Amino acid sequence: MAKDIVMDIKDFSFRYAGANKASLKGINLPIYENKITAMIGPSGCGKSTLLRSLNRIHDLYPGNEYKGEINLLDIEKREYKNILKLKKENELIKLRQRIGMIFQKPTPFPMSIFDNVAYGLKLSGIKDKGLIQAKVEEALKGAAIWDEVKDRLKDSALGLSGGQQQRLCIARAVALKPEILLLDEPTSALDPISTGAIEELVSELKKEISIVIVTHNMQQASRLSDFTAFMYIGELIEYDKTDKIFLNPSQKLTEDYITGRFG
Amino acid sequence: MSGKLFKNFSLLFATLSLFILAGIFIVLFNYSQDAIKEFGLNFLTTDVWEVGEDDEGGVFGGFIPIVGTLLSTLIAMIVATPIALGIAIFLTEVAPEFLIKPVSISIELLAAIPSIIYGMWGLFYFAPIIQSLFGGSGMGLLTAGLVLAIMIIPFMSSITKDSMKTTPDILKESAYAMGATKFEVIKDVVMPYSKRGIIGSIILALGRALGETMAVAFLIGSVMQLPHKITDATTSIPVLLANNFAEAEDLELSSMFYLAFILFVVSFIIISSAKFFFLGRESK
Amino acid sequence: MNRLFLNKLILVLSTISAIIGMGFLFWILITLSIKGISSLHFDIFLKDLVNNGIRNLLVGQFTMALIATVIGVPIGMMAGIWLREYSNGSRLASIIRNLSDVMMSAPSIVIGVFVFAIIVSPINHYSGWAGSVALSIMMIPIIISTTDNMLSLVPKELREAGIALGGSKHKIILQIVLKAAKIGITTGILLSFARIIGETAPLLFTSANNAYMTMDLNGQFPSLTVSIYNLANYPDEKSRDLAWTASFVLTVIVLFINLLGRFLTRDKG
Repeated sequence: MAKDIVMDIKDFSFRYAGANKASLKGINLPIYENKITAMIGPSGCGKSTLLRSLNRIHDLYPGNEYKGEINLLDIEKREYKNILKLKKENELIKLRQRIGMIFQKPTPFPMSIFDNVAYGLKLSGIKDKGLIQAKVEEALKGAAIWDEVKDRLKDSALGLSGGQQQRLCIARAVALKPEILLLDEPTSALDPISTGAIEELVSELKKEISIVIVTHNMQQASRLSDFTAFMYIGELIEYDKTDKIFLNPSQKLTEDYITGRFG
Repeated sequence: MSGKLFKNFSLLFATLSLFILAGIFIVLFNYSQDAIKEFGLNFLTTDVWEVGEDDEGGVFGGFIPIVGTLLSTLIAMIVATPIALGIAIFLTEVAPEFLIKPVSISIELLAAIPSIIYGMWGLFYFAPIIQSLFGGSGMGLLTAGLVLAIMIIPFMSSITKDSMKTTPDILKESAYAMGATKFEVIKDVVMPYSKRGIIGSIILALGRALGETMAVAFLIGSVMQLPHKITDATTSIPVLLANNFAEAEDLELSSMFYLAFILFVVSFIIISSAKFFFLGRESK
Repeated sequence: MNRLFLNKLILVLSTISAIIGMGFLFWILITLSIKGISSLHFDIFLKDLVNNGIRNLLVGQFTMALIATVIGVPIGMMAGIWLREYSNGSRLASIIRNLSDVMMSAPSIVIGVFVFAIIVSPINHYSGWAGSVALSIMMIPIIISTTDNMLSLVPKELREAGIALGGSKHKIILQIVLKAAKIGITTGILLSFARIIGETAPLLFTSANNAYMTMDLNGQFPSLTVSIYNLANYPDEKSRDLAWTASFVLTVIVLFINLLGRFLTRDKG
């Protein structure tokens, strides 16, 4: 495998509990290190389902079936491990500390701004107050929200605006210094200005983190991402450098979607 | 505390409520054994309740308390249902915006008043009115039934209101758009749509009224006699238990348990039917 | 023409129903206040029933309600948590939910008889513990239902966000989900406390009553509600006045806690 693949999805299929058909069929998708990979496609194509498989969050709901492999690179050992094989809760916990996730609706916890960011750190076992404080500050700065909240860290996070809440969620996630960050339509619930701020943030973050972003906004995908995957009814139709996908797609289906022939 | 332990504890406590329910059935049934063996099903039709001479045995029959329970509840339901429905209609369709909250809260406060307060008030204020209207002591089936009605009105109107609220606005709007009056929208759209919930609330209120003790104890007269007029004093199962359970012994005590068992089973069946057939709750 | 008449009729009838409902509320509260306040003097709070006061009755009633809460709330909340967070909509969960709802409407006197049989009868005397247990049996189904419902209002994304950070399920439930549902659950607890503190029937033959101040739960235990029942049936004026005063105090307490609970969940603008 190429050196710069941080997560390699191989022949991956997924079926929801109790469903007749698989939602994802035979997906082959390498995620490259320190790049932004966008997943686009019409509603129901499975892009969110695929994203949510990458940190095994489907496991919250029993009965789902996985097939194939999702191989995550172990940085130190320089080898790949299939995360679909993880069964024990603490293995999954460790996985999720390496792969962060941001949701469509901002999800601030009902606590102070500070406690929100510190939450993941405390979960991972850090007890030193000074260390936590330093990491919280670093994370809030990294999420470009420090200046706005530094004087009200003890205030409830619920008092922040939507855009601020989403940036707080990003700060919360990056505090753990994850290797990969998964974003599920992170700006679809936000106004244009907040959207712009978050897009800028995501572009900055890719220097340290590999990013996978699901979006239904094609302009966003073409603005932000280095690679784009186009999906349709559970299959990966085309995957290539973003420029290629948008300017000169190989598949007719891709072209039809890009040009708006179907939504 | 580990995750598995927490999960198992929560399951344990969840099943505890099942055990309590089963426990009530079993314990009541057990303690009724003496009376069941002695009287069998005749217990339901015997209208005598007498301790035997020298405290030996006796003849106990549940007919009078059962009839008292049923009749007082019936009176309550007849009086309460139209009023509760009326309140529900008022709150969902008729009331102007500014009145909805105060009236709602008032009705909920009515529900919060302890039943013994209803008993006190009924005894000293309501019974004398019945007395002046109908004679007698003022305490009897009618008074008990009426105060019982006042008690179940808030409960019934609340559930009915919730049912009626589930009617989609679009449905009502399309009816209005065709020129229907408010009454017609209520009659032809809201009522049919919330029919199930309304019937369910009636049955549920009935189940509750059957078991009401304190208000009825003050007002029904507590006399072991069959009522021939609606204003006659009589007794009901909860009232008999409230007044005489503490002193009862041996066969009489067992007969009390028998009555409690009957009351519990009947309430259980009625309330479960209301839930099962009419008020189905979403399970997730 | 007929249509308009019927329409007016329903408007009038439903308004009359509302007036009747509110009328009774005010009638009861006003008469209660008049009768209750007229014989209300400060020293009934300093004397026990044996001296024509209600001090021990208040302490007793509160104590049993509090113990019932301490027993009932953890059991009810844990059960509610299992139903909403762990059961995955299983058949067992449906059964428990429905039966718990049925228990909410079950006759309270039967619960008193039940607790008599399992606690009072074997030890051959009344007991404040028995009274508390009877009250807790009434409280548990209410707490289960409240917890279940309030947890269902917490959006699933919040749980997912916690899990996505590497939290274990029970930590997420305790530290995030419960917190998010905190206000609703607290209101539920307050409202059920207000409900059980006004109960009489479950106490009649479990804790009975006690004219003296005592904190010994192993014997007959003072109860405000049972006292009202007894006092109201005495022929003398003094006892009846005391019954009214006690009723007034009880109602004020119950309505206050009720309104407090509603205040907590008020729409904040």
